Amino acid sequence: MRASLFVTCLADTLFPQAGRATVAVLERVGVDVDFPRAQTCCGQMHANTGYGHEVLGLLRRFVAVFGDAEVVVTPSGSCAAMVREGYERMAVQAGDEALAAQVRELAPRVFELSELLVRRLGVEDVGASFHHRVTYHPTCHSLRLLKVGDAPLRLLRAVRGIDLVELPAGEECCGFGGTFAVKNADTSTAMLTDKLRHVLDTGADVCTAADSSCLMHIGGGLAHARAGLRVMHLAEILASEAS
Amino acid sequence: MKDGFPKAARSALADSQLRRNLGHATSTIRAKRARAVAEVEDWEALRDAGAEIKERALRHLDVHLERLEESVQAAGGTVHWARDGVEACAIVARVARDHGAEEVIKVKSLVTDEIDLNDALERAGVNAVETDLAELIVQLGDDDRQSHILVPAIHRNRAEIAELFRRKLGVEVSDEPAELTAAARAHLRAKFLSVPVGVSGANFAVAETGHVVVVESEGNGRMCTTLPEVLVSVVGIEKVLPRWRDLEVMLRLLPRSSTAERMNPYTSIWSGVSDGDGPREFHLVLLDGGRTDVLADAVGRAALRCIRCSACLNVCPVYERTGGRAYESVYPGPIGAILTPPLEGLEAAPTLPWASSLCGACYEVCPVKIDIPSILVHLRGRVIREVGTPAAERAAMAAMARVFASRRAYEAAQRMARLGRGPLAGAALRPWTRSRELPAVPDQTFREWWRERRA
Repeated sequence: MRASLFVTCLADTLFPQAGRATVAVLERVGVDVDFPRAQTCCGQMHANTGYGHEVLGLLRRFVAVFGDAEVVVTPSGSCAAMVREGYERMAVQAGDEALAAQVRELAPRVFELSELLVRRLGVEDVGASFHHRVTYHPTCHSLRLLKVGDAPLRLLRAVRGIDLVELPAGEECCGFGGTFAVKNADTSTAMLTDKLRHVLDTGADVCTAADSSCLMHIGGGLAHARAGLRVMHLAEILASEAS
Repeated sequence: MKDGFPKAARSALADSQLRRNLGHATSTIRAKRARAVAEVEDWEALRDAGAEIKERALRHLDVHLERLEESVQAAGGTVHWARDGVEACAIVARVARDHGAEEVIKVKSLVTDEIDLNDALERAGVNAVETDLAELIVQLGDDDRQSHILVPAIHRNRAEIAELFRRKLGVEVSDEPAELTAAARAHLRAKFLSVPVGVSGANFAVAETGHVVVVESEGNGRMCTTLPEVLVSVVGIEKVLPRWRDLEVMLRLLPRSSTAERMNPYTSIWSGVSDGDGPREFHLVLLDGGRTDVLADAVGRAALRCIRCSACLNVCPVYERTGGRAYESVYPGPIGAILTPPLEGLEAAPTLPWASSLCGACYEVCPVKIDIPSILVHLRGRVIREVGTPAAERAAMAAMARVFASRRAYEAAQRMARLGRGPLAGAALRPWTRSRELPAVPDQTFREWWRERRA
């Protein structure tokens, strides 16, 4: 399989280690990865903040860049959801039926990393080993829009040496919500505080998720509290090998 | 004048008693609802049916409403049409005055709160007595307001309620629930047996047969709809159901979604008047109150499917922390965030569409499958276009859109971000950094690494 990596603007710019790890894992299981350089951003932040009119150009760009891909893979549940669940409605609302048709054709070939591995390739053991106590936060859009289910957990359970502990109230939002974290900073912080309390209660060394944006929020809160606990993208754990 | 959600939420978030009361109440009912719903094998099919029934009702609302009017009149009731709350309140006041009533007893009703009926009646010299226990608690409180659709006094704990009863009802009670309800019962029974006019809302109104339906848990609503000589029901026009058989679906969806019960304790259904049984006069007030404006919005109109179960409030992580009063509306929580702005006018509640992290928990539980997150996003766009947002925000969003529109501009902005400058640097994120660190910008972007690796 040849997979075109949509690394996301956030990982590209701020969390390149998540992108590098995604490449490493995919290549290890025999996927041929390419990275179309013309890609930028899927437009999720603009769309969710209410600037939908700014997104149509980014939507067309995404379709142009990835339209011919065998599959598109991305290390972000929310960006995958934007393309798969959001693009068609936006094209239809803009009255561009031709674009909507292109989106309908492309959307089924877009996968979040854990979906591609577990559901499409049928791989659970990617040959990783990681000797730490880890807790997993199932991000809202992975859970409720993409419905990735337990795919990330299946991958984590197969990691050698891992001590995987359940995150209490894990399915509750961490309070990020894109610009929500800034526009409603107080409420967002109250949500984050409860998430951090649950993360700390697990006694884990590492909190992981399949989305850099939620991890930026949780990690930013942990760092602010000097909690001494780090966040890592799911791909980074899957890319780890015995040292 | 409203404060807007961010400011109203700030004071609510600082109320430790409120946080504790809400956290306890919502987590309890969340777990109960999940169990009640899991018992129903065809729950998803029921949700589809509920959504379909309400969509059908809304698609030909005018036809169903006229049919409802005919059916109610044929059963001996009187139908009034009210364009807005002022008209509806005037109709209720007129009916009360026509019967020389100085007091009316009320069934728990959101729509009468929406139109501020109690205040309007007071101005007309009529005292409205709330008979729902929680509504009574709110009414007795000084400047208190409802904070939940189903459990209006969810922000109060029993110690606070006991103190209120001692002070306002002049009774000696402990904070034992049984003692509290006994005190309320003694207070309310006297009203039930003496007040000549009852006022209710309705959960459903059936066009085919003219039946009005009130679903409740306490039985006080049943008292109000059966004992007085005159009954006035104020009903939003979106409450109409085309057929009698539609109730089969709705009465299964509502109790499990709202109180997490298999069946609610009291379901009162009546049509018009019957000799020797119940009120001798029945008035149905059909209220528009902005609902046709909501209906005119092709995306936002799904909000009118709502059956006021409050499941979305109970699962909402924002509501759980801020409580209902931060929404500054009779309709709080996720449903309030999509219903209040179009009902009151976008300019009256421009911050509510952003009072959500778009986590999607509300859509997952909605018994009539209202895609609340999508409607929130739609309303955000409408507020930006029709009311406006801060110029700095528009400029930042436009600058980022320009950056993402071209690979060269994007790669240049990435290099500038490393120097702490430009649209991707996040320099203007002070509300973020008050409680969260910003990640350091790494020395190498992913694409730079990729190129180096290929070279």
